[in-house]
Amino acid sequence: MNDKPPPVLARVAHGIFWIYRYLERAENTARLLEAGNRMALTRGITAADEEWRSVLTTLGQLKAYDEAHRGYDGPQVCDFVLRSRDNSESVLTMIERARNNARACRSAITAEVWEAINEGWMTLRDLLAKPVRASSLGTALAAVRRQSSLVRGSTYGSMLRNEIYCFSRIGTLLERADNSARILDVKYYVLLPSPAHVGMPLDTAQWDHVLRSLSGDRAYRWLNAGRMDARSIAEFLILDDRFPRSLSFCYAAMRSNLARLARIHGEEGAAHACLRDADLKLARWTIDEVFDRGLHEFLIDFIVSNQRLAHTIAEEYRFLD
Amino acid sequence: MSGPANFDEMHEPDGTVRAPYREYARWLDEQDPGWARRKGFEAESVFRRTGITFNLYGGEEAEERLIPFDMVPRILSSSEWRRLSRGIEQRVRAINAFIHDLYHRQEIVRAGRLPEELLRHNAAWLPQMVGLKPPGGVYTHILGIDLVRTGPDEFLVLEDNARTPSGVSYMMENRETMMGMFPELFTRVNVQPVSNYPRRLAKSLAACAPECAGDKPAVAVLTPGHYNSAYFEHAFLADQMGAELVEGGDLRVVDGRVQMRTTRGFRPVDVLYRRIDDAFLDPMSFQPDSVLGVPGLMDAYRAGRITIANAPGTGVADDKAIYSFIPEIVEFYTGERPLLPNVETWRCADPESLKYVLDNLEELVVKEVHGSGGYGMLIGPTASKRDIRQFRAKLEAHPENYIAQPTLALSTCPVFTNKGLAPRHVDLRPFVLVSPQGVEIVPGGLTRVAMKKGSLVVNSSQGGGTKDTWVLSE
Repeated sequence: MNDKPPPVLARVAHGIFWIYRYLERAENTARLLEAGNRMALTRGITAADEEWRSVLTTLGQLKAYDEAHRGYDGPQVCDFVLRSRDNSESVLTMIERARNNARACRSAITAEVWEAINEGWMTLRDLLAKPVRASSLGTALAAVRRQSSLVRGSTYGSMLRNEIYCFSRIGTLLERADNSARILDVKYYVLLPSPAHVGMPLDTAQWDHVLRSLSGDRAYRWLNAGRMDARSIAEFLILDDRFPRSLSFCYAAMRSNLARLARIHGEEGAAHACLRDADLKLARWTIDEVFDRGLHEFLIDFIVSNQRLAHTIAEEYRFLD
Repeated sequence: MSGPANFDEMHEPDGTVRAPYREYARWLDEQDPGWARRKGFEAESVFRRTGITFNLYGGEEAEERLIPFDMVPRILSSSEWRRLSRGIEQRVRAINAFIHDLYHRQEIVRAGRLPEELLRHNAAWLPQMVGLKPPGGVYTHILGIDLVRTGPDEFLVLEDNARTPSGVSYMMENRETMMGMFPELFTRVNVQPVSNYPRRLAKSLAACAPECAGDKPAVAVLTPGHYNSAYFEHAFLADQMGAELVEGGDLRVVDGRVQMRTTRGFRPVDVLYRRIDDAFLDPMSFQPDSVLGVPGLMDAYRAGRITIANAPGTGVADDKAIYSFIPEIVEFYTGERPLLPNVETWRCADPESLKYVLDNLEELVVKEVHGSGGYGMLIGPTASKRDIRQFRAKLEAHPENYIAQPTLALSTCPVFTNKGLAPRHVDLRPFVLVSPQGVEIVPGGLTRVAMKKGSLVVNSSQGGGTKDTWVLSE
């Protein structure tokens, strides 16, 4: 084995962390729009409006949208979320920020990763140069997911398993846990058992929609052939650590990456304690307890504690001077 | 101008191919006609994807442009290169001795070989450097000497670029691109590699580390940030050297040493390869509002606890007025005749020269003493009457700000155009490394080429392109 390499620059660790957060967020946003689009197509106009409104709520962009637009027409919402200049959190902006960060951290990533990020940015910049129409929406959304996958793949295949890699994974997982929790939270009323709705066709479609928003429909059906009930879906999305977008999976994977950092540095810090507590707490929950506590309350607690974790990591690794 | 008087590096006037290009020309004859266009397209897409772009200040915001790349290599024989290297090494040793002298006893001024006012009026002169001894005694760790050619054996130095020469990443990426596009060519022609430049640079810099450094000195490249036009090169070099790429905000002087903020606290830097100008290095010593530099850096430097490459204040050696004295400087410090001549230069500060320049403006190239990048110059033969009139007024108002040179019959090398090969003017910038262990020159360099027919301006900021530069093995 070679000598221990010196620790990475804090600015670089911070930049890497955010490249992967932005890309993860862009990808999850695309997935949410895909699911929303599918939902809107299969329902009446009023319901579709409601659907698009909830997409904006999930993304925290409802207020900005309402300031710029009236009504929740599908292509208009998608255009706003994907590329609008009125939207400081648009997918295109996130991809641009990721690319700028990658440029600033150019010497910390491999040529393959840089090319994947840069190419992704060029592709999406061109695809999103003009307003998105219903006919081109599918292509644009698929491209966002594909570009994000390419970066993840080249990261997995070409990056040394060092500090930088750990920060890339932690950024991805922290963002993913947040996004999964938010998507679930906005749909929580669907998952709450309501006597009036049980077994109705709409209900099933809504559940299917929740799963699709997290790319979990196929995996869920495979594990739960023929069953579609609130509890098992929520259990799958929160507690099943085999599913890569579940809260449990994200936390277990984050723990192993923080543990690797501790091995590299030869010491643990506040971030490790914070994550260990959160992960142990998560592992103690059963799905019945989650519903007893209230799904919404549970998810809000989770989102807040996830933000606290992000803050602790930033302090622990001196992201900011 | 670009008539038969120009020396073409590939073809003799009668059309026969010169020796260094013979094997390449044979290969070229075997290619089918449509290939050049296809390959040109390929080269551009490679550049876009890998991000070898070039930001131009003053253009559209953060616009990224590509420098045109031409696929015909510029080829030098090993004996041409040997001669050039000897001349460059001599010149570089003299420049280092000269800068040391300027900041110490100024023997050259005492000996009456250099007018003192040239120093007094030199904007690059730094009083903070007087009496300071840089670690290893080296001032210019990295130089990029600009050469032009006017005949088979006539190479002339145009500029010494002793501050922070850029372009070495193009030298390397151009080679990579050529090897990717024409692998079979490299099995037929024996080209000396340039890929070891970063390793040699890292070694050369480490050899200049201060005494407080350990066995493995920590080298960092200091960049102004990713909006800078040469950022790609800063990142590229740091990456290839295995050095840190740092910005001013990453560095702080802690316990008398320059240290970088890592995920585990502050760690010392021993050698700082800085790619920012002197004025921005240290807000406590120079420009107080600079956010690019490191407060206290100069104190650590004076205490001998960090190496700055190139040393602050080396710019005194490459303003265009000092340039005109380099032949005397070489003789003064080496006791030898200069192997590489300068381009004949008239210093407009001198009344007789000024008169000559004003009388012959249509024939001459006039440059600002402190200018660079091809800005603010007059090329007499191609300038309009109006341009010449305006320039004459500037020249008469501040003659000391200008030098003039003859319009040279610069050599040409073919480039690909829509109509096949056509000659274009070229220059050459080899890269030179200096450490206490010696002077090293990587066999190759950056060939810049004027892409417009007849144009003599090769600067990338003015639309010039680049070529891969081959030095053949023995």
